[in-house]
Amino acid sequence: MNLGDFLINWIANAPVTAVPYALAALGLIVAERSGVLNLTAEGLMLIGALAGAGTSLLFVGHPAVALLAAMAAASVVSLLFAVLVVVLRINQVIAGLSVVFFCQGLTGLIGTLAKWQNKQLSGLAPLKIWPLSEIPIIGRIFFMQDPVVYLTILIFIAVNFLLFKTMLGLRIRAVGENPGAADAAGVSITLHRILAIVAGSSLIGLAGGYISVVSVKLWVTGMTGGRGWIAVALVVFARWAPWPALAGALLFGCIEALIPHVAAAGIQVPQYLMLMTPYLATIAVMIWVGAKDSRGSQEPGALGQPHVREERR
Amino acid sequence: MASALKLVGIRKSFDGALALDGASFESRAGEVHALLGENGAGKSSLMNVAAGLYAPDAGSISIDGVPIALSGPAAARQHGIGMVHQHFKLVKPFTVAENVLLANPRPHFASGIRNIRAAIEKQVGELKFSIDPDRRIETMTVAEQQQVEIVKVLVGGAKILILDEPTAVLTDAEAVGLLEIVQRLARSGTAVVLVTHKLQDVKRFADAVTIMRGGKTVATLDPRKSSAEELTELTVGQTLPLPVRTPHQGGPTKLNVGALCYTRGDGRTMLNNTSFHIRAGEIYGIAGVSGNGQAELAEALIGAIEPSSGEIWLDGTGDISRASQAKRREAAIAAIPADRYTYALAGSLPISDNLAVAQIRSGRYGGLIKLDRAAMRRDAATAVKDYDVQGVRSVGQKASLLSGGNAQKLVIAREFSRQPQVVVAHSPSRGLDARACAAVHQRLIAARERGAAIVLISEDLDEVLSLSDRIGVMSRGAIVGEFERPADRQAIGRAMVDHG
Repeated sequence: MNLGDFLINWIANAPVTAVPYALAALGLIVAERSGVLNLTAEGLMLIGALAGAGTSLLFVGHPAVALLAAMAAASVVSLLFAVLVVVLRINQVIAGLSVVFFCQGLTGLIGTLAKWQNKQLSGLAPLKIWPLSEIPIIGRIFFMQDPVVYLTILIFIAVNFLLFKTMLGLRIRAVGENPGAADAAGVSITLHRILAIVAGSSLIGLAGGYISVVSVKLWVTGMTGGRGWIAVALVVFARWAPWPALAGALLFGCIEALIPHVAAAGIQVPQYLMLMTPYLATIAVMIWVGAKDSRGSQEPGALGQPHVREERR
Repeated sequence: MASALKLVGIRKSFDGALALDGASFESRAGEVHALLGENGAGKSSLMNVAAGLYAPDAGSISIDGVPIALSGPAAARQHGIGMVHQHFKLVKPFTVAENVLLANPRPHFASGIRNIRAAIEKQVGELKFSIDPDRRIETMTVAEQQQVEIVKVLVGGAKILILDEPTAVLTDAEAVGLLEIVQRLARSGTAVVLVTHKLQDVKRFADAVTIMRGGKTVATLDPRKSSAEELTELTVGQTLPLPVRTPHQGGPTKLNVGALCYTRGDGRTMLNNTSFHIRAGEIYGIAGVSGNGQAELAEALIGAIEPSSGEIWLDGTGDISRASQAKRREAAIAAIPADRYTYALAGSLPISDNLAVAQIRSGRYGGLIKLDRAAMRRDAATAVKDYDVQGVRSVGQKASLLSGGNAQKLVIAREFSRQPQVVVAHSPSRGLDARACAAVHQRLIAARERGAAIVLISEDLDEVLSLSDRIGVMSRGAIVGEFERPADRQAIGRAMVDHG
């Protein structure tokens, strides 16, 4: 195989591997902008992946139905997290980790009991945007992707607009930056935080559903393989801003897409070393974030802090 | 003129403690009505009732003569009551317009921002403020942020404006500017309520004053027809004795701070060749706009931070700028930090432990093995009595249960228990009422009479002026001017801002 084919194959595959990172990171950004430190991505992605695969196997419908089921399932489970951290004000790190472990156990159990392991799913056909898809090279990379890839871009535009150009977004960000000020302005902290967690989690669920239904076309226990954690790191890397998160997701998508192609090209690299690259890249990115100065960061001011009203009524 | 806001017989208790005991208050449109009282007199509580934040246990509220019930802050806003809190309720990374929009919601964001921007510009023009609706709050000074708070309330259509201790965070010049604007606002028909404990502000800017003491409103009078002594007496309940002080003797230099430099972790230079000296039996006051290195100077003097260069020379000991806490204690340096609950007291430990810790190495309370708790309790009981620490049921009770003033008295009792040679006092009367404040000042004067050298770092210019023998003005980490007693307030104020 020549270098040109290698590069085209690699880059054309990158969007598929980037979509889960992008959607999960965006879902986390929505929740964290409301001031809730959200570590649940790995667990909720598994929920989405299982719900998507299960729906495909049980009711052979359009994959879009499976993806909607993935979103709904993750949202429902995230309500548990929302109640823990917003209503009961439990430490957000502990609650987030607990939810991840709970989801790992639950999805493993259901997947095994229902015998959904390793059953081939139909997947989602690429959407050829004719005639642009016929352009050499560019056509393959940009105009022959599956519909979710295009949808992801639309979702980013929509969420960006919602967060920065609507009253709802203004309120969510105010709740995350200074809950005291938001409360004084008559904005319900509880309501907006729960809303942000649940809405964000639907995107995380979509990210998980995409992996099982569209990308891998299988359910395997623990199949998200740490992508949820990488998404958590991506949020820090992107400084809680959507577009940099998309750029970061593409970077990680490229790294992940490289793994099978290196082996396919016959380049001799130890397999485990290759599988390690996304995590090495995560550590490298965190070091880079730590080393550069923190000005311009949009880290929400009240991130991780439960809100307790000071007023004595 | 008809009454705008009228509160009658308001009662409110928190966890059994009565905060408001039948307080009544009436303000009229077109006047600045001051609410004067000591800390804990119930001023803020009463106004929080008016702003709908606290639900009163009893009493009635009426606006323009019509009785109303307030279900919350939103209801108060609808009735035209707006309150600017002491701690601003602003979202720092948001712009001015976004903050105002958050508090005064519009159905759509884009048109809302346009609408709000126009409303802000109208208010800013009328009040002659200097705020740009598109600036971010985090880039603004405290005074500008306060303007935003006022504009935010006025854009909401407030006819009754309550300002809770508005000048507490401002410099003298800023405070005068603000109060002039507030006065103008009242002239245009707004009923302004000025919650304060500063007598000069009341005398200068208020049309009427209601005085509160112990949760009750004790009198309403015309501040221009009443003397300062009369107002003080009503506020405190009795006239406070002024501390007696002998003229300064001009003793030998006790402490010499030479070219002290310190750069903070984020790269900001906080101390930039700070130099001054203090003689024995002298109070050296340090004035300045907050954030000009006063906090770092205090920390360097008490050993909380290590300066990058320069020296702190102490008579008889030498340079102590890098000395350990133990060494500083040995040299009889007493520290009264600004944040007494964090740096001066262990809140969850008993009062007796908090007092004894200063002399724990002296052997007075036993050696390494055995702690003489009886001696600790005995000494603590004496100290509590001598220093008039109120609210102590037993010396075994937690220090955190003491109120601000009494906690400060406890700190002073410990720090003064060993006849200090040098006293470093940072905002020693912050948050204290007039009586506790006077007690603290008396202790400082007494230490001065005994021959100690005292550094008094305070943002309260009145405190610095009334106590100091000499005053150094600090700006950008350096002493930029020194003034002998009696110092000219205006000249100091100019030195504070000219270099800042």
